[in-house]
Amino acid sequence: MAFLSYLANGISLGSVYAIIALGYTMVYGIAKMLNFAHGDVIMVGAYIAFCATSYLGLPSIVAILLAMAVCTILGITIEGLAYKPLRAAPSLAVLITAIGVSYFLQNAALLIWGSAPKSFPSLVGIPPLKLFEGQLIITGEAIVTVIACIVIMIGLTLFTGKTRMGKAMRAVSEDKGAAQLMGINVNHTISVTFAIGSALAAIAGVLLCSAYPVLLPTTGSMPGIKAFTAAVFGGIGSIPGAMVGGILLGIIEIFGKAYISTQLADAIVFSVLIIVLLVKPTGLLGKAINEKV
Amino acid sequence: MSKMVPLPTNSIIPERDLDKIPVLETRHLGIDFGGLTAVDEFNLTIGRTEIAGLIGPNGAGKTTVFNLLTKVYQPTRGTILLDGKETSGMSTVQVNQAGIARTFQNIRLFSSLTVEENVKIGLHNQVKYRTVSGLLRLPSYWNQEKIAHERALELLSIFNMEDLAGHRAGSLPYGAQRRLEIVRALATNPSLLLLDEPAAGMNPSETAELMENITKIRDTFQIAIMLIEHDMNLVMGICEGICVLNYGRIIAKGTADEIKRNPVVIEAYLGKKKEG
Repeated sequence: MAFLSYLANGISLGSVYAIIALGYTMVYGIAKMLNFAHGDVIMVGAYIAFCATSYLGLPSIVAILLAMAVCTILGITIEGLAYKPLRAAPSLAVLITAIGVSYFLQNAALLIWGSAPKSFPSLVGIPPLKLFEGQLIITGEAIVTVIACIVIMIGLTLFTGKTRMGKAMRAVSEDKGAAQLMGINVNHTISVTFAIGSALAAIAGVLLCSAYPVLLPTTGSMPGIKAFTAAVFGGIGSIPGAMVGGILLGIIEIFGKAYISTQLADAIVFSVLIIVLLVKPTGLLGKAINEKV
Repeated sequence: MSKMVPLPTNSIIPERDLDKIPVLETRHLGIDFGGLTAVDEFNLTIGRTEIAGLIGPNGAGKTTVFNLLTKVYQPTRGTILLDGKETSGMSTVQVNQAGIARTFQNIRLFSSLTVEENVKIGLHNQVKYRTVSGLLRLPSYWNQEKIAHERALELLSIFNMEDLAGHRAGSLPYGAQRRLEIVRALATNPSLLLLDEPAAGMNPSETAELMENITKIRDTFQIAIMLIEHDMNLVMGICEGICVLNYGRIIAKGTADEIKRNPVVIEAYLGKKKEG
């Protein structure tokens, strides 16, 4: 029974990683950059939801929508101010900028909300599910997280597969130059990608803090790195890959904590990543990269 | 010296297009890469429904001209008039929307997308609905997607490729990929279609079919087509005006017969030819 309980926790944590990883992987797929500030957008989303509920007394759903709206604007702004001017710059410059943006967001949060941890109220109003006469308890947060993850996955699959904007994104991710010559506005496409990724980050932030209710300016960085790992694990640039990578990573982390060692859990997670990359350098679902001449 | 020299009168516009604004006119167009002048004094006029050829030895700057026209490179000098309007300051996307579409020497299809999706990328700016209605499957989504689907199949039917609509573009045979590139470019609704070596890698019967199709496209859509091609049968067979480029400069302009007999052209080709 403990096994099932760990598995449920793992899937729930993994679903959060998956939602965050989607942001990393989409931005990488379209803009070919690693947005290391993504984890901190999660933190901002969580703080916005926290303020909306605790200070303004808004209902949960309104708080989440507000957090999504703020993060979407934040994402588009970061992209426009920090990354867009560097479109032609070497990728190292963009990477360093992303790390800079990450520190900027953390310190801005420190300035606004202070260093004292905030106790995040759970925004999920669903009672836990008790199975097997109460031996297996699945929290409401876990249920909502998994459902959210599935809904987001279906939505994104429909979006990229069936809509005009989604197809444009896939075209840009494959060949930016050719897409431009077909009349696709690449800058606009990249903005939309950041908007979607950041809105998802807000959802992830709320779900994460509902399950692990301590909110700090650095709250987003570790899950951000884990989610990045998940994206690489699943094959960066691949949407299903981010999903599979995220959930597997969550399960490995929880099992590692439960059966091997709490301290070593992160080391185990990253060791698995290294092994996967040694065996399959493009990640689980990643495609081989065809260099175009 | 360049600015003062009067532009050469253009002899290669077909008569039927003389009373219309040329689809393309370049004046003193040129680009330098570092200290190297890749293209210089490129003056050309293309009639509204003309099929024009751009030929020249390897490395003459032909693809560079295409890249200048589509603003992949910003010209160092000169102006480009599209439908009589200046294109300076336009981006690649704006030039496409203003009416120039192209194919590529090395095929650049979106190979993981299907054939139909590739054509729909070309239709991107003509299909309008909000993404929200796409996710919620509102009527506007269905209407617009239906129009796009029908239009895509209609365009694919030019090359009898409707049956391939669901295939991955990357899985098509080489010749079909070249044809799909033309369809995708046509989907952007151009007034000038630039074809970069459309017959490269095709066998003689495929080339013959392509020649018919290029003429058919011009007749059906009433657009101008400019093509870069090494297959002289194709160029001489369908191009009404031919422009010969060597070392980044135009060395001759004229009809197929004039070009064939031009000693400067013969020298450029035979004098510089290294193999085969």
